Amino acid sequence: MAPVGPRSGDAIFSSIDRVNAELFTLTYGAIVRQLLTDLEEVEEVNKQLDQMGYNIGIRLIDEFLAKSGVSRCVDFKETAEMIAKVGFKMFLGVTASVSSWDADGTCCSIILEDNPLVDFVELPDTCQGLYYCNVLSGVIRGALEMVSMKTEVTWTRDVLRGDDAYELQVKLLKQVAEEYPYKDDE
Amino acid sequence: MGREVAESCVDTMLMEMVAMYSGRFYANKPELAARRIEAIGYQVGHQLSERYTMERPRFSDHLEAIKFICKDFWSEVFKKQIDNLKTNHRGTFVLQDNKFRWLSRVSIDPSSDKETEDPSTPGESKAAQAVSMYLYFPCGIIRGVLSNLGIPCAVSADISSLPTCSFVIRVKA
Repeated sequence: MAPVGPRSGDAIFSSIDRVNAELFTLTYGAIVRQLLTDLEEVEEVNKQLDQMGYNIGIRLIDEFLAKSGVSRCVDFKETAEMIAKVGFKMFLGVTASVSSWDADGTCCSIILEDNPLVDFVELPDTCQGLYYCNVLSGVIRGALEMVSMKTEVTWTRDVLRGDDAYELQVKLLKQVAEEYPYKDDE
Repeated sequence: MGREVAESCVDTMLMEMVAMYSGRFYANKPELAARRIEAIGYQVGHQLSERYTMERPRFSDHLEAIKFICKDFWSEVFKKQIDNLKTNHRGTFVLQDNKFRWLSRVSIDPSSDKETEDPSTPGESKAAQAVSMYLYFPCGIIRGVLSNLGIPCAVSADISSLPTCSFVIRVKA
């Protein structure tokens, strides 16, 4: 099966309703700021951002599936490419790249060089330990769980923490067989 | 046109933000949730206003500032202008949006009375509560914009005639 090229992500992005990214960036920034004020502990904020992302991801997957017309991915490698080339493109307007596959094909890195969430953002020294973009890891984890994949998504590189790119490690823990929730009647 | 993202990113983020504050953090204290949501809006409004008015001279009076919100600001953020502006010329302004973009994704029974809580239809009043909670965000945005322009005020939303949403601005003397 031919891999889906970057153009389909572009095509979807051009066809959907879009808004000024500034509104998005500033809203997210204001949410993070408010969370820091209310929760005080950076670890708690990281957790809430991840939870927020998860709740968003479990909804966003429906839109992804509907708009991309993608049917089942053959394997996890294809899944990762979908996230990087179609997912990020159709929602955030940017393309990510996939690399660093392990031998099993169950763990890889998704790298984002351009990240609209962090436009104009600078972290003060008081935010040591904050994963500002943690919503993204939650989104990926939530979305994949809805298509029967349990994953662990962690940040390995973060520009706001001094690295040169945003890198997420996505590890497939378990492919959950789709369970029919109701018992069949005789 | 600057950078863009999918509108659904903003929609889902706002819904989740409201759910987080009014459902998880302050589930039994709606006033506290409302204040936080409004504060987040205020921050956004303040910063957006700074950006959009950087190259402009100051507004000559309150009405000019309000008109800026109705036309330029509303267009940047909601891709349309305010449909109707009313004022009593004594510090109260009513900004009417006949099809407020953010509400178009939320459905609410327009006949539900949001004043009384009807125990036999808790679902309806819950929906009304969720919508009003959600509206604290754009109210905060407007208050933030005006604050940046040196105009302290209070802002509330009126959804008694959906799909129209009116924002009532009361300028503080």
